Amino acid sequence: MTVVFAAAPVIPNFGGGSSQFACERANRLFCPNWVSRNWATVLWPALRQHVELTLIAVAIGFVLSTALALTAYRRHWVERPVLIITAILYTIPSLALFELLEPLPGFGLSRTTAEVALVSYTLLILFRNTLTGLREVPAEVRDAARGMGMSDRQSLLRVELPLALPAIIAGLRIATVTVISLATVASLIDNEGLGSPILAAISNEVFKTELIVAGGMAVLLALLADGLLVLLQRRLTPWTRARAV
Amino acid sequence: MFSDHSAQEEGPSAFPQAAALELRNVRKQYPGQREPAIPGLSLSVEAGEVCVLVGPSGSGKTTAMRLINRMIPLSGGDILLGGRSILDHEPTELRKQIGYVIQQTGLFPHLTVNENIATVPRLLGWERRRTEDRVRELLELIGMDLDDIGPRYPAQLSGGQRQRVGVARALAADPPLMLMDEPFGAVDPINRARLQDEFLRLQERVRKTVVFVTHDIDEAIKMGDKIAILRQGGTLAQFASPAEILIEPADEFVAEFVGQDRALKRLGLATLADIELVTPNGTGPGTDRVALSATVRDALSQLIAGGGAPLTVVDADDHVAGIVTLELLGRVLGDGALANGADPQVRAAGAEPRPAGQESPA
Ligand SMILES: Nc1ncnc2c1ncn2[C@@H]1O[C@H](COP(=O)(O)OP(=O)(O)OP(=O)(O)O)[C@@H](O)[C@H]1O
Ligand SMILES: [Mg+2]
Repeated sequence: MTVVFAAAPVIPNFGGGSSQFACERANRLFCPNWVSRNWATVLWPALRQHVELTLIAVAIGFVLSTALALTAYRRHWVERPVLIITAILYTIPSLALFELLEPLPGFGLSRTTAEVALVSYTLLILFRNTLTGLREVPAEVRDAARGMGMSDRQSLLRVELPLALPAIIAGLRIATVTVISLATVASLIDNEGLGSPILAAISNEVFKTELIVAGGMAVLLALLADGLLVLLQRRLTPWTRARAV
Repeated sequence: MFSDHSAQEEGPSAFPQAAALELRNVRKQYPGQREPAIPGLSLSVEAGEVCVLVGPSGSGKTTAMRLINRMIPLSGGDILLGGRSILDHEPTELRKQIGYVIQQTGLFPHLTVNENIATVPRLLGWERRRTEDRVRELLELIGMDLDDIGPRYPAQLSGGQRQRVGVARALAADPPLMLMDEPFGAVDPINRARLQDEFLRLQERVRKTVVFVTHDIDEAIKMGDKIAILRQGGTLAQFASPAEILIEPADEFVAEFVGQDRALKRLGLATLADIELVTPNGTGPGTDRVALSATVRDALSQLIAGGGAPLTVVDADDHVAGIVTLELLGRVLGDGALANGADPQVRAAGAEPRPAGQESPA
């Protein structure tokens, strides 16, 4: 762990007795003034980095797990090995995984290391949800698609994947929220994202404003992302809300 | 009948002609099964005819049907559609030319009624305009309100409506052959009877070759021009018209399958228009009435319910066409006058009224 902490946050420490602001000198729990002064230099860049980290991880995870799920949908034997590997990846504690990856050539204390770890946490959820969604397409619906002359590919694109969308998006919601929260821990590796101010606050024993603000922003970001995915699902799957009239 | 508006005359259709279907010594053995599901089945269905496959559960009805559109591969024999082997076509191309209706409807839950019906036209790459016209035409054909039903999702339809849409979807590209596996099996009896009547009326207009699977012998008698009765083990017990099967069951199995009441069922095949009625004389108004288009079976039922009092038969314009009595029906049955049953054409058309007494019964 020492290796990791050696790269400790470089965010300037604004709290403490040296500050010209009373709130900060007194190390009060929350200083709005600190937030407004550091928004443009600390918090906003951290938020942007956090969003980037998340988008990249979820996008790569989505592509990989969809490819794996489609393969397992056609070839049943693929399912077990993929489940075992992704389940192992999912259960490795995040700190341990960073430690494991860090010494590997090409990894080190880089964004790559952070992304690889984050992606590995999305795979199990996305793979399982997509595969389950596809498998739950009613047999008679698949039969009708084939019986009307659709090729396997047409049936997949026009019928099976659209019907699996609710399950796929449900998986995306869980994966996204998970990545947003884990990405704060990933700051230990690449020192970016909302984790950086949080770590800075942890290392500063008394001044906690940045921890509260950055932590709150991570929570709000997770809620917002989840809300957006819910809206996406509503748009893409209007039939799920169609009830007998 | 063909002077009527017909989907195939006016519709923007791909395959206007119904096609004859012939099964030649068809064999199907599922992998890993000791006995073949169908050891060797031969049938031929003329273009525009409804052939009903009927038989107990496991007798191979669904198997036989799914061999025709290559949903499952043949193990032996051949199937000709319009004189050409189905093996000459790519399976996906073949299936686009064959309407397919199943009991659970298989409607796509994520598509509206309009989009469901447009499935095969879209696969065939029809122009948007032509597809839209065809969807409209089909919704009208099945008696559904375009603006109300068209934009709905299947979850927003009743069971009967879903079946109608399933039939419309199968008819969309005007296929020369329709395969229907227990299409009305999951609908309550009243709606089933209505769907059957509707389908017969529809068939009168579109004149498809139809293979219709059911395990209900009454449905088979009502719907079929020809009935193929299958027995356990996938062999053909009898292949004949409904009337022939009712009059002369080929063996014990068929007789039992058709039921003890087959004489009564036979009466269900003919309408009062098909028999020679008693000329009215003296029996004044005041007796109970029965429509000329009623089946002989229904007339008998009404006679019995009325304690045997004669019934006045009236045609569609309420003109008295004659009198029907218990004695008359007894005589008709005794004569074997219904031996050939009703002409299926007439039956499906809902019986064109014929003046009583001018024509001998068939
Ligand atoms: N996919 C399959 N694999 C192995 N055997 C099968 C398969 N499908 C059907 N069978 C067998 O083939 C026989 C005929 O089945 P089929 O489904 O054609 O009967 P059916 O007449 O349609 O019956 P039902 O009235 O119950 O629908 C049965 O013995 C059945 O067990
Ligand atoms: Mg069946």
